[in-house]
Amino acid sequence: MRSPELVQKVRNDPGLPPVAIIDRRPMTPGKKILFAAIGLVAAIAWALVAFFRGEDVNAAYFVLAAVGTYVIAYRFYARLVEYKVVRPDDTRATPAERYENGRDFAPTDRRVLFGHHFAAIAGAGPLVGPVLAAQMGYLPGTLWIIIGGVLAGAVQDYLVLWLSTRRRGRSLGQMIRDELGSVGGAAGLIGVFVIMIIIIAVLALVVVNALAESPWGVFSVGCTIPIALFMGVYLRFLRPGRVAEVSLIGVVLLVLAIVAGGWVASTSWGVEWFTLDKVTLAWLITGYGFLASVLPVWLLLAPRDYLSTFMKVGTIVLLAVGVIVAQPAVQAPAVSSFATAGNGPAFAGTLFPFLFITIACGALSGFHALISSGTSPKLVEKESQLRLIGYGGMLTESFVAIMALVTAVSIDQHLYFALNAPAALTGGEAGTAADYVNGLGLGGTPVTGADIQGAADGVGEESIVSRTGGAPTLAFGMAQILGSFLGGAGMTAFWYHFAIMFEALFILTTVDAGTRVARFMLSDTLGNLGGPLAKFRDPSWRVGAWICSIVVCGLWGAILLMGVTDPLGGINTLFPLFGIANQLLAAMALALVTTVLIKKGLLRWAWIPGVPLVWDLAVTMTASFQKIFSDVPAIGYWANHNVFREARAAGETSFGTATTPEAMDAVIRNTFVQGTLSIVFAALVLVVALSAVWVWIKAIRAGGLPTTEEPDSPSALFAPSGLVTTDAEKEVAAEWKAYYSDNPDAVRTGAHA
Amino acid sequence: MGAGAGAAAGVSRLGGAARAWGALTWYVKGVLGESDYQRYVEHLRRAHPGDPVPTVGDYWRERYAEQDVNPGARCC
Repeated sequence: MRSPELVQKVRNDPGLPPVAIIDRRPMTPGKKILFAAIGLVAAIAWALVAFFRGEDVNAAYFVLAAVGTYVIAYRFYARLVEYKVVRPDDTRATPAERYENGRDFAPTDRRVLFGHHFAAIAGAGPLVGPVLAAQMGYLPGTLWIIIGGVLAGAVQDYLVLWLSTRRRGRSLGQMIRDELGSVGGAAGLIGVFVIMIIIIAVLALVVVNALAESPWGVFSVGCTIPIALFMGVYLRFLRPGRVAEVSLIGVVLLVLAIVAGGWVASTSWGVEWFTLDKVTLAWLITGYGFLASVLPVWLLLAPRDYLSTFMKVGTIVLLAVGVIVAQPAVQAPAVSSFATAGNGPAFAGTLFPFLFITIACGALSGFHALISSGTSPKLVEKESQLRLIGYGGMLTESFVAIMALVTAVSIDQHLYFALNAPAALTGGEAGTAADYVNGLGLGGTPVTGADIQGAADGVGEESIVSRTGGAPTLAFGMAQILGSFLGGAGMTAFWYHFAIMFEALFILTTVDAGTRVARFMLSDTLGNLGGPLAKFRDPSWRVGAWICSIVVCGLWGAILLMGVTDPLGGINTLFPLFGIANQLLAAMALALVTTVLIKKGLLRWAWIPGVPLVWDLAVTMTASFQKIFSDVPAIGYWANHNVFREARAAGETSFGTATTPEAMDAVIRNTFVQGTLSIVFAALVLVVALSAVWVWIKAIRAGGLPTTEEPDSPSALFAPSGLVTTDAEKEVAAEWKAYYSDNPDAVRTGAHA
Repeated sequence: MGAGAGAAAGVSRLGGAARAWGALTWYVKGVLGESDYQRYVEHLRRAHPGDPVPTVGDYWRERYAEQDVNPGARCC
């Protein structure tokens, strides 16, 4: 071992090998050169991305800029956060060790936990948001995904994970109540619930938009339900516990379902049976959400989750390899005119704040705070591993978002806008869509109706016009990238439906799990009201479960239905609400973290979560303000509401994109709901933020306040910290191995015994 | 000589492949949760040596029943 005098091995029990290593060795010259080289490569790649204005900016630059930045940030910035804020103490037992029961509390290998945590945080969000944001050009999205990921998202995930680990794995809602008091806590709890509902609704809307009028998509995604049921039965009765085996079988069946979908969609009965309109699909998905919420977990939810995890890792790797191998040329401009004019067709509003709202997952996602509190803290072996799990996990998701952005910006610009502009603008036909996108002044060769139809035929779809929501665009781009080196043009349609399938799979998994979580939140809250409602607290009371499931599905189903029938285009109006909701959740989480830091007397370092918090509040409050008060109807919900109300009052029977009095009424109703939700979200977050500031003032005056951190309990196990085991860690691990072989009876029992 | 060295390299290559396969299955089973049963059994043997050890089927029944009343969120 190199310079052992700088390595301190700490023991809790003199009779046991060390449980922690304090390694004060400086970096080796070789490592210094390596990091300098990585930094240099990243800087050059950044310069090429930011300033190079040639015909084709190569997608590989994005990958280099992103990965280089992540490596440097993980090694230096995350290390700073670790030293100054987290201050991991490996002599302290984590909840996994202290409360070990072999089930939900169990020390888990850090690399396995990383995969586990990543599978829980990553979903369709980082794939969809960047695709929509691509309408503003490639540069703003790239900057926000990478810088936001490094300074905001990963910091939030890391610090919430740390807080929860020091609190026996408590949930975000509980921690807000414990640290911010009952008012902030109540606002936090309601906020989490409402935000969850809107997130489920918008994600479901993305699936509906991807599957509408697509018999191939409906058939293959529909097949996931019987496949999951089969897997559930297989695991329960045929071969219990063979999770990997059944997942592999499931994936094979899934691929067969995609292939079979192409065949079914080419038959007349297939087209007749599986061509569904948006309203039907919305009802089906709501019904499915209800079933998934009341059926036992083993039958549907758990097997779907296995499939989803498998597909998630597989397709993300496939996409990364695709981008690196195919190196598609970027078609989008660095910054488009929509960024400043705010009149983009995919979503309205200017770069600030709406770009930062549209890309939530991948840069800063409040939903992660729900995941980071709860499961992962109960599995982590050592506090020093939190950097890998929390910070590293989020960097990986940020990378996924960059891949999605690269995919979207490498699509022909005319086709991109034909896909993403609502039907009210494109007219819904290839010919009218061509006229519309040619009139946008995108430069390059104008497109013809035949070109657009040809692109649709290439991916085996009836039409690609106004397939909003991001999923079809990503699938289209992915099909082009993968088709360019895997299977050629003949395989493009397969890859398109493969991509649609996995996006739908992720989203439906989130819908299932989210509905269930929201249902339990509702029944807990009702139960806590006491009186006759106390019965709701009993999770085995089926009637209560049914009632709560109906309420939850009714709430998100109503918003979903509102989205699919909205004459203005559902994604256009609802996606900002999704982003705002997710970012507001992040504001709550960051406010919590900042509060704990100030209470602990770490005011000097409160900027680490404080700067992202202020930025996030600035973004979300500006966006909420504009959504509530803007007098531009395309942006302000109430402005739109009033314009339509006045038109209706004036006796008009059609207005703007609404062609009938009923459609006008729908706009009036929808904008009312959306406007009200905007107000509710903003108000809830302001309550949480103000309660936080109140606690800050008290804490600063008192020179620190006690937190609800659990008291220390000594650890009696050892595990390496980072991805790669160091030489010092190997030595200690060998000491433990020798200790156990000398003392076979001395077994780790955990502290709870 | 040459053939012997080649065979040795072949064996070690085979050993390397087996190790890689072992690592891959260990990882996949870990992430999907398949190894959780083994972990639970080891925990019982260690911490509660007298307690009965459930069969793999019973373990998963209980585990899913637990998940039924204690759902975990998945992110977007």
